[in-house]
Amino acid sequence: MENILVVAELQNGSLKKGTKELLSSLVGKGKTISAALAGEGADSIKEELQKYGVTQLFNQASLTQYNPTSFTQFFAEAIKQSGANLVLASSNAMTKDVLARVAARLDAGFINDCTELSFDGGIHLRRPMYSAKCSAGVNLKLEGTSIVLMRANQLPVLEGTESSTCEIKALDAGTENETLKVKDIIKGESEKLDLTEADRIVSGGRGLKEAKNFEMLEELANVINATVGASRAVVDSGWVPHSMQVGQTGKTVAPSLYIAVGISGAIQHLAGMSGSKVIVAINTDENAPIFQKASYGIVGDAFEVVPKLTEQLKASL
Amino acid sequence: MKIFVCIKQVPDTETRIKLKPDNSDIDSNGVKWIVNPYDEFAIEEAVKIKEPNQGATVTVVSVGPKARLTNSLRTAMAMGCDDGILIDEANSLDSLTMAKAIAKAIKAEGEFSAVFTGVLSIDDNESAIGPMLAELLEIPHVGVVSKLESAGDEWTAEREVEGGTKEVFTMKLPGLITATKGLNKPRFASLPNIMKAKKKPIKEMTLSDLGLSSDDVKIQLNQYQMPADKEPVKMLTGDSAAQVSELVKLLREEAKVL
Repeated sequence: MENILVVAELQNGSLKKGTKELLSSLVGKGKTISAALAGEGADSIKEELQKYGVTQLFNQASLTQYNPTSFTQFFAEAIKQSGANLVLASSNAMTKDVLARVAARLDAGFINDCTELSFDGGIHLRRPMYSAKCSAGVNLKLEGTSIVLMRANQLPVLEGTESSTCEIKALDAGTENETLKVKDIIKGESEKLDLTEADRIVSGGRGLKEAKNFEMLEELANVINATVGASRAVVDSGWVPHSMQVGQTGKTVAPSLYIAVGISGAIQHLAGMSGSKVIVAINTDENAPIFQKASYGIVGDAFEVVPKLTEQLKASL
Repeated sequence: MKIFVCIKQVPDTETRIKLKPDNSDIDSNGVKWIVNPYDEFAIEEAVKIKEPNQGATVTVVSVGPKARLTNSLRTAMAMGCDDGILIDEANSLDSLTMAKAIAKAIKAEGEFSAVFTGVLSIDDNESAIGPMLAELLEIPHVGVVSKLESAGDEWTAEREVEGGTKEVFTMKLPGLITATKGLNKPRFASLPNIMKAKKKPIKEMTLSDLGLSSDDVKIQLNQYQMPADKEPVKMLTGDSAAQVSELVKLLREEAKVL
């Protein structure tokens, strides 16, 4: 596992946190590192990549919109040209979809949703299983290529201190065909980080009594730069869209801070958020199962507690 | 029109997970097995498309140990699948080996119009089988589909991505869709349909019939662990102002997340 390719992703013109986490895990490990970027922005991240010791960046600037066909061709070609025996990516809608397909094309090993990665004496990988009811070590075959996807927010971000020269290699492997075409992009309302990438989440359930009370959570979330999530019950009631659902048949999240407001903690919800580092539960029912998973619990009226919390944080941050 | 639905049998969310004494895997004794919840959206969509189409069929495909897997195939058939393919394999497989087995079984059946899978299975959260299968079958796919217009031979599929954004694709058949919540409301099987399902044909085969072996896996899971015991919850007392002050202090000084 000496030759590694990292899938680079951008946010506001610089490397996304998830990409930095992956590159940080390689700092000082003496690996040969390539990166691959689908879409524009290669020049804007070149310097950052050099600090992390990346020596070549495969790029196809024309791939501005995700299409499984063209993206599969691009990443398969970049991996082949780099000769990488390990491909690292941060797990999200795009990488999960395309890299599984790439794995089948290249006959490569594929593992998603890993939460531990280190390179001390070989590669060490672990991942949660059965909704984090247990975890397992991951063994990769040493021959051939392996593709490993890490959950966001699991690894520390280190500053790169290398001074390599990163060469941008333009590819044109990715082309679309008539079997699959992008027809439209419907932009979501939220400008915030997605739940799966958010480092802080404020989530609401039935205890909020009605849809408009989610505004109270939005206010709290704005103060601490968090993303708002929801329980299945309120999604099924139509209060908020499915994209906000945390738990089974929704999203699996693992932020540093998860604040559950008026959520009782059905097992399907716990399955999606129990990997969070610190869990705060605010609920009127002291017997709510959410308190079993929580680090800090407040038995109280959300309509009293949440505005006070927002005020106090606003005053002190 | 021939449609395939791929399903996986997974432990029920409510099931308590225990490990084998050597930590090589979970102990499957006493586990309650169910059809992966996302696969129910896949089954429902396939059956919904089939029903108005005279002569259309839906075949359910799955890999796993026959003794318990048959039950899940019957569940899919009670929801409207016409027949089944059971690939009998007791060992756990990585995603790619499983996708290869399903792809070979589907290819052996000849022409088809569409394949449906659930977006992910709740046991390992991999979400890999759908895209892998599409690649192996050399057909296009759209993943995480919450809305589908399936008239004619060019379908329009809405794919959910981050932040509630939706990418809308047009896909020419044959193609593959991975289904997520919102696509439909899976039906409950009626008693007559449960009875009828017991008589529907299941074709059985093994990995070696398909030229594969569980030794082909490129990824192996081992050294299973139960999570470390969680610190008991700290309940914050006093009136709401006191609770909030204490919480902010703890988040800042003890948990260090603010």
